Amino acid sequence: MADRAAPLAALEGAIADAVFAGATLRTVPFLAQVGIRLDPAGPAAPRVAAALGLELPEANLVTESGGRRALWLGPDEWLVVAADGEERALVAILEEAIGADGAVVDLSANRTGLELSGPQAAEVLATCMALDLHPRAFGPGRCAQTLLQKAPVIVERRGDDAFLLLVRPSFAAYVAEWLVDGMAGLAADLAAV
Amino acid sequence: MFQIRCPYCGPRDEPEFKYGGQAHVAYPSDPEALSDEEWARFLFFRDNSKGRYAERWNHAAGCRRWFNVIRDTGTHELVGSYRVGEQPADAR
Ligand SMILES: [Zn+2]
Repeated sequence: MADRAAPLAALEGAIADAVFAGATLRTVPFLAQVGIRLDPAGPAAPRVAAALGLELPEANLVTESGGRRALWLGPDEWLVVAADGEERALVAILEEAIGADGAVVDLSANRTGLELSGPQAAEVLATCMALDLHPRAFGPGRCAQTLLQKAPVIVERRGDDAFLLLVRPSFAAYVAEWLVDGMAGLAADLAAV
Repeated sequence: MFQIRCPYCGPRDEPEFKYGGQAHVAYPSDPEALSDEEWARFLFFRDNSKGRYAERWNHAAGCRRWFNVIRDTGTHELVGSYRVGEQPADAR
C-alpha cells in the first residue's frame, strides 16, 4: 500500500486555506469500500446482516455498527464502508455470506472521501448541490447518490454539522474546488458583517 | 425544471435523470418473423399524442434504475411515476 497517491494531494494547501469559522474541509484519501448487490428479500440479506453485525438499510439510509457502515445505493445495492485496510477482510466476509446469491466488488479505489463539517457545512454544500439538505429531508444517518454541480457523488450526513462525500478520483479536484469556492464565499460574507 | 419522483429514492431534480422515450413498447416476441417495415415501426415509431403519456426515465445520477412516468404532454404536469412491471394506474 506504500505506493498509493492521495487523489487530492495537490489541493491540500487550498483546502487548508479555505477553512473558516463556519466550515472545515478535510480529505479522507482512502477508505475500504465494498459494493454489494443482492435481493433484500432473498436468502443472502440475513446472512450479510449476521456477518456484518448490521442490517442492510432501506432507501436513503445508513446503518452503522463496529466501525462499519452500510449505505443504501439502490433497491438491490449497498456500499459497505470501513477504515482503510479493511477491504480484503470485508470482501472475504461478504463473499462468504453472499455466495452465489449476489455480487461483491471491492470499490475502495473507485471513490475518495471529502469530509465537510462545521456549523455552516450544509450552507457550503448548498452552494453546489441541489439536493434538499434540510434536516427534515436529509438528517443524520441519511445518504444519497446525487450531483455536486455536474459530478456524481455519494453524500452521507454523518451528524447535524458533518457530511462525507465519496467522489471518483477524477472528479475529486472539481468537487473540492467547488467546496473551497463555497467556503470562500461564505467566509467573505462573514467578514463583511 | 421538473422535479421527478424516483419510485426508489423519492423526489429529485431533473438533471439527475435521463429520458428514455415512450414506455410499454414491448419487444416483438418473434423479431425474425417481422417484415422490414414492421421492424422499423417497432424501432422508430412512437406515439406523439397530446395529453397523458407514459414514458421511461432513468435515475442516472442516483440509483440508476429505470422507471415510468406519466406526463401530460399538453401541460407538462408530471402526474406520477411507477416501477417497471407496474401499470399506469399504479402511478403516484
Ligand atoms: Zn432513484
